[in-house]
Amino acid sequence: MSLNSTPLPGTIGSKITGPKSSSLFGQSMRRLLKNKLAISGLVVVIIMFLACFVGPFFSPYTDNKINMAMMNKAPSLKHWLGTDAMGRDVLTRVLQAGRISLTVGLASMVLSVFIGALLGAIAGYYRGIVDQVIMRIADLLLTIPGLPLLFIFGALLSDWKIPTEYRMYIVMFMLGFVNWPGLARMVRGQMLSLREREFMQAAVVLGLRDRRKLFNHLLPNIVPLLIVIATLNIGGSILSESVLSFFGLGVMPPTPTWGNMIDAANNLIDFQEHPWLWIPPGFSIFATVIAINIFGDGLRDVLDPKQKR
Amino acid sequence: MPEALLEVNHLKKYFPIQKGLLNRTVGHVKAVDGISLSIQKGETFGLVGESGSGKSTVGKTIIRLTEKTEGEVKFKGVDLYGLSPQELRKIRPSMQLIFQDPYSSLNPRVRVGDAIGEALLDHGLAPKEEIRNLVLEVLKSCGLSSYHFDRFPHEFSGGQRQRIGIARALILNPDLIIADEPVSALDVSIQAQIINLFRKLQDTRGLTYLFISHDLSVVEHLCSRIGVMYLGSMMETASRDELFKNPLHPYTKALLSAVPIPIPKLKRERIVLKGDIPNPADPPAGCKFHTRCPFAVGRCKEEVPVFRDAGGGHFVACHLA
Repeated sequence: MSLNSTPLPGTIGSKITGPKSSSLFGQSMRRLLKNKLAISGLVVVIIMFLACFVGPFFSPYTDNKINMAMMNKAPSLKHWLGTDAMGRDVLTRVLQAGRISLTVGLASMVLSVFIGALLGAIAGYYRGIVDQVIMRIADLLLTIPGLPLLFIFGALLSDWKIPTEYRMYIVMFMLGFVNWPGLARMVRGQMLSLREREFMQAAVVLGLRDRRKLFNHLLPNIVPLLIVIATLNIGGSILSESVLSFFGLGVMPPTPTWGNMIDAANNLIDFQEHPWLWIPPGFSIFATVIAINIFGDGLRDVLDPKQKR
Repeated sequence: MPEALLEVNHLKKYFPIQKGLLNRTVGHVKAVDGISLSIQKGETFGLVGESGSGKSTVGKTIIRLTEKTEGEVKFKGVDLYGLSPQELRKIRPSMQLIFQDPYSSLNPRVRVGDAIGEALLDHGLAPKEEIRNLVLEVLKSCGLSSYHFDRFPHEFSGGQRQRIGIARALILNPDLIIADEPVSALDVSIQAQIINLFRKLQDTRGLTYLFISHDLSVVEHLCSRIGVMYLGSMMETASRDELFKNPLHPYTKALLSAVPIPIPKLKRERIVLKGDIPNPADPPAGCKFHTRCPFAVGRCKEEVPVFRDAGGGHFVACHLA
């Protein structure tokens, strides 16, 4: 009957094998799986990606041949979403456009997260003059509204007669460049608070190198924040790219993107008579961005609980 | 007398008080105001005092976690404040700090085994393939198990976390360990375990401790010499037995009279101090303790008492003792 003679259940077994360890990250992911809304967002995003990157292989219309006989035909069994003014299959175009739009969104996100996290981390860790220089540049960029800045860049690109096949890559850089300052600020703020934490004092006492302190101690602590920002950033980038392309300043036809496909809505006749030209790309943007944002919100709830709305 | 392992002379640490838009310095918090102490190898020096007396700041300033304002810190005969950053980094492993709060002193995203072993790796003190074994060894000597290696700090209790903190310091084979209230965040039964661990490690490894605490019974159990701090100054230093038998400073007497004893019927003289510790930004003139001292005389308000030898290595800063 004595208390100390009966071992707690599980203690003996755990002495032999040891229960499975779980990282904070693993725990968060398990909590995320319970969030139905966020997971449905993720599912939509995955479907979108699969459709765009795999879908066109099953389409007989990938050659984008101009076919005057098939101009502006309404959706039918042969062309599920109809054809456009050049007789090209709209469904295939939307999927191909999705490839470009998603790639641009992803790539510009990676770029801005990379620049923003690196500069923010350096500014927050070293402080002093380095911090001043980096953050004043960031402030300067933040004072200029993003969209007009992109318009100016876009117009300059057109002026310099950049070949249209390169414009896609330049648009990626432009979006990444416009997005990094806000991110750098957040990362810097996190760094400033983290570096005062006691475990960082412990790292000083241990005499660890700066590199190890930065990459093994500080960065792992901002990764959750970065994942959240990065996710939400993709949605924003896709939107910005669409806006630019819609105005003819981003990716140019014939390379399709969702943005330049919606351009069809600019034309009153197309807008009224041929809704299959602009509804599919519009819906794609809408669905993708909403799904990414819902997923990002769910991610934030589990990874960064302090930052609730 | 052999050379002391650690010698601190007239150490001062003032924190500036900045106010207004331009961050003008309007005064200083005198957290540490001219502390001297020396610790021999193999000794445990206890530093006691109430909250806000500057005990922790002494520890952190000795180890250069905060920079000194004035004074000298000599570790193994080397002036720590004369070292270049590279030299300081080299010497860091031989003096370690154990933190008060076992919850915030471990990085939540670093596995325990990595947290303990990384300093060895970073300093190149052991070959990479041996580090795991060394960590397992030190985990064992701190009362942890090998399967704890791949766990994260949040999976441990407070007492276990403090053991991890000790293991992290210990694996570097330090000559000096500064323990900054290592047990005050733990509950009493765990406190005993950790204190006994400190004891055991000292016996097996010949460690030297600077043990900072506000708990006199812990200090009595563990320390061979004790220093009593008040408002950034040392009031009294003596060997443990001498201090507990024959306290000379009224502050020490008051502290000792407040230690709970497990004999309820025993009547004893209680010296109850009135009021709070004065503001360290504006400490009282003369003896810093005179505002609360039951025996204070006119001289105490004007003249700063000298920290003098009262015989047999018993130092005290009081006009009356």
